[in-house]
Amino acid sequence: MAAVKRPPLPVILVANDLLEGDVVYAVAGGWTRDPRQALVASDEGAAQALEAFGATELRQSRVVDPYLVDVQVGDGGLPLPRHYREVLRMLGPSVRRDLGKQADFNY
Amino acid sequence: MLLLDRHGRKDDSFAQLENGKKIAGKAPLVPLAALEAQLAAQGGAPLGVLVENNVRTAELEPYFGKLALIAIRFPSATDGRGFSLARQLRERGFIGVLRASGPLFSDQFPQALACGFDEVEIPDANAARQPVEQWLAARDRITLAYQHENGLGESILELRRARTLEKNLTGAKNV
Amino acid sequence: MYRYDEFDERLVRERVAQFASQVERRVAGALTEEEFRPLRLKNGLYLQLHAYMLRIAVPYGTLHARQLRQLAHIADVYDRGYGHFTTRQNLQFNWPKLKDVPAILGLLADVEMHCIQSSGNCIRNVTADHFSGVAHDELEDPRPVAELLRQWSSLHPEFEWLGRKFKIAVTGAAQDRAVLKSHDVGVRILRDPTTQQVGYQILVGGGLGRTPMVGRILREFLPREKLLSYLEAVLRVYNLEGRRDNKYKARIKILVHEIGIDAIRAKVEAEFAAIDSGRTDVDAQEFARIAAFFAPPAYESLPDVSRKLEQAQASDEELAHFVEHNLFRHKQRGYTALTISLKPVGQAPGDATSHQMRVIADLAEKYSFDEARVSHAQNIVLPHVRLDDVPEIFAVLRAEGLGTPNVGLLTDILACPGLDYCALATARSIPVAQALAEHFADPAKQKEIGDFSIKISGCINACGHHHVGNIGILGLEKKGAESYQITIGGDPGENYALGELLGPGLPAELVPEAVDRVVAVYLARREPGESFIEAYRRLGLAPFKAAFKEIADAVA
Repeated sequence: MAAVKRPPLPVILVANDLLEGDVVYAVAGGWTRDPRQALVASDEGAAQALEAFGATELRQSRVVDPYLVDVQVGDGGLPLPRHYREVLRMLGPSVRRDLGKQADFNY
Repeated sequence: MLLLDRHGRKDDSFAQLENGKKIAGKAPLVPLAALEAQLAAQGGAPLGVLVENNVRTAELEPYFGKLALIAIRFPSATDGRGFSLARQLRERGFIGVLRASGPLFSDQFPQALACGFDEVEIPDANAARQPVEQWLAARDRITLAYQHENGLGESILELRRARTLEKNLTGAKNV
Repeated sequence: MYRYDEFDERLVRERVAQFASQVERRVAGALTEEEFRPLRLKNGLYLQLHAYMLRIAVPYGTLHARQLRQLAHIADVYDRGYGHFTTRQNLQFNWPKLKDVPAILGLLADVEMHCIQSSGNCIRNVTADHFSGVAHDELEDPRPVAELLRQWSSLHPEFEWLGRKFKIAVTGAAQDRAVLKSHDVGVRILRDPTTQQVGYQILVGGGLGRTPMVGRILREFLPREKLLSYLEAVLRVYNLEGRRDNKYKARIKILVHEIGIDAIRAKVEAEFAAIDSGRTDVDAQEFARIAAFFAPPAYESLPDVSRKLEQAQASDEELAHFVEHNLFRHKQRGYTALTISLKPVGQAPGDATSHQMRVIADLAEKYSFDEARVSHAQNIVLPHVRLDDVPEIFAVLRAEGLGTPNVGLLTDILACPGLDYCALATARSIPVAQALAEHFADPAKQKEIGDFSIKISGCINACGHHHVGNIGILGLEKKGAESYQITIGGDPGENYALGELLGPGLPAELVPEAVDRVVAVYLARREPGESFIEAYRRLGLAPFKAAFKEIADAVA
């Protein structure tokens, strides 16, 4: 099998909850809605494990569209994605600061 | 493979040739390229053809009277060319059995029936997720259609006409 | 307005139950995500950047008060208290949960609404001129045709799995306010010049997106009873012969482009000739039944001019502005079609809160024969307003932040949701629209500039119609950052044109300044009475490009 293209480390696993639709992040053995709790994989093995977890959870009909996102871990413990799209996804609409995760978790 | 029609699971009386030979007890199902040769070999015995969904109706039309079955392959569930092809075959006069063959899913069953298919043949993996009961339930979920060719019966337009007629009749009686 | 009969109602109810079953089977694993995705899309349900998004069909943009109130109710109970009116006359909720969608669909069915085919590779919600039935330049109200098409296309078993989406728009007016030439099929109601019979001109192969194409005439004149059999032939040819190997080349516009308009016409005509038209032709009685729902309301006999309105305007400059820009000439004397702008400075274009929806519902009920329209320009129209009532309506609108007098002016900006919501977007649209609106907020400045359209899309799919904006703005990603390409000269109407690129992409913060430079060229060089687009056509690209270059060079 061809090598799977993965983003550079460190990474987190992001997906949408199937029934709710919210953005969720993988933690050990489960999911969180709070990106500050997201499990950060810093080596290849951990990244592979996250990816495998995502695939299983997709098959189990718990989440949709799981994929890895490369991040930088900042001071507040928030693993901030390097790409602006993923940053917006982690925060919520930039035109509605009262909505999305930026409001839910007040960061 | 699971073969089913609007009544449920059915046995397949057709089979593709194996090493160029007919399977005993089964009518042969051959690709379009082999059709002429098989027709010659068959005499008048029942014969089916398996076609891709980009075949032209005109290519099949000369064989309409000689074919007991046309099976149209669906390369994927979302490639809907087969629906129009089936509709066209019916409109041009094919009265034999029409089969949709491929990874369709149960919610597409009423559409297949409405387009003129008699039966659907799906891979085992799909049948494992969606057993026959789900297909039959999907068949009956929507009981009305605006379109004339609907696999259900009277269209909404026909139902409306009947209702108007009924109202007029009751109106007339009450006078 | 059309009202469901028992059959329309039953079909929509059964569809709701069908979707509930699909959700159950998805959760149970009987349906894979790959199978479920097209099913949910055909019910208007997307998965966006932050959450699901539900797109509710507003057929040909027509709504009555009870429907608007129900939408407001859904916004409050199942969403975040607001909705977004789209460039295809639909309404989108940005935060529904999949588990709630069957309940939402049930509430919609209660008011004769649905989400059927508001997305997916099928025939989409049919759109029409938002001034249908009231425009002074109209031959015939296109909504009976649009409703006929809605019914014909709803759950059409043969066309549920097309190669790509298929959009139809209808107009009955001289001026094209429905952007016909951007649609897969455009239907124009017209009179045959020789026989004087009313029928249809059929356009095909228009579309924006990655490869913008201008719709071409497929049939000069189609007798009205042949509409459905003819469209059945068009759709069948497309379904059988449209490309399936590349989703970016799967629209009918590419088929038209690759084989040519004459070849596609020949194929359609051959199929049309072969179709058993006796079964698919339009039933005259059924058409009359539908058309009766769209009969004009019981207008009063009024003078052409409203003294009451004139007097009120004389003492209220804001009202005078509003009257100048937000009213549209009505067929009926003493009436007007009043546009409520959803583009106040600082707001997301097309967004309305549940409270605003209720306010508009009340106004529609009280002043507009219970009717409102969604325009493709993302505004709301009250189509049957007495001129005498305009001051009262304006007073309510002004108090509710809905009185912006900018219809057709620079700040009446079209914008898709962009990357603030949309998973497909490459850049944000709304903040760019907001920055432009703030930059040009001065009403006197806008008035000086006159007719001007800015259209913004957050990706090449062009939901913001950027190709046909006088100024079009396309948000892309360039070197890991948002970058905006600006085009000039687009026109969605009779003189349909796609915009020309002004130069390299700019960062968001320079977009208002760049547009300002373009506007300055126009203001300096226009002739008396000449609109921006007319001046552009006369002057050509060069002077605008030169002005733009000064900004672009500053970044490079």
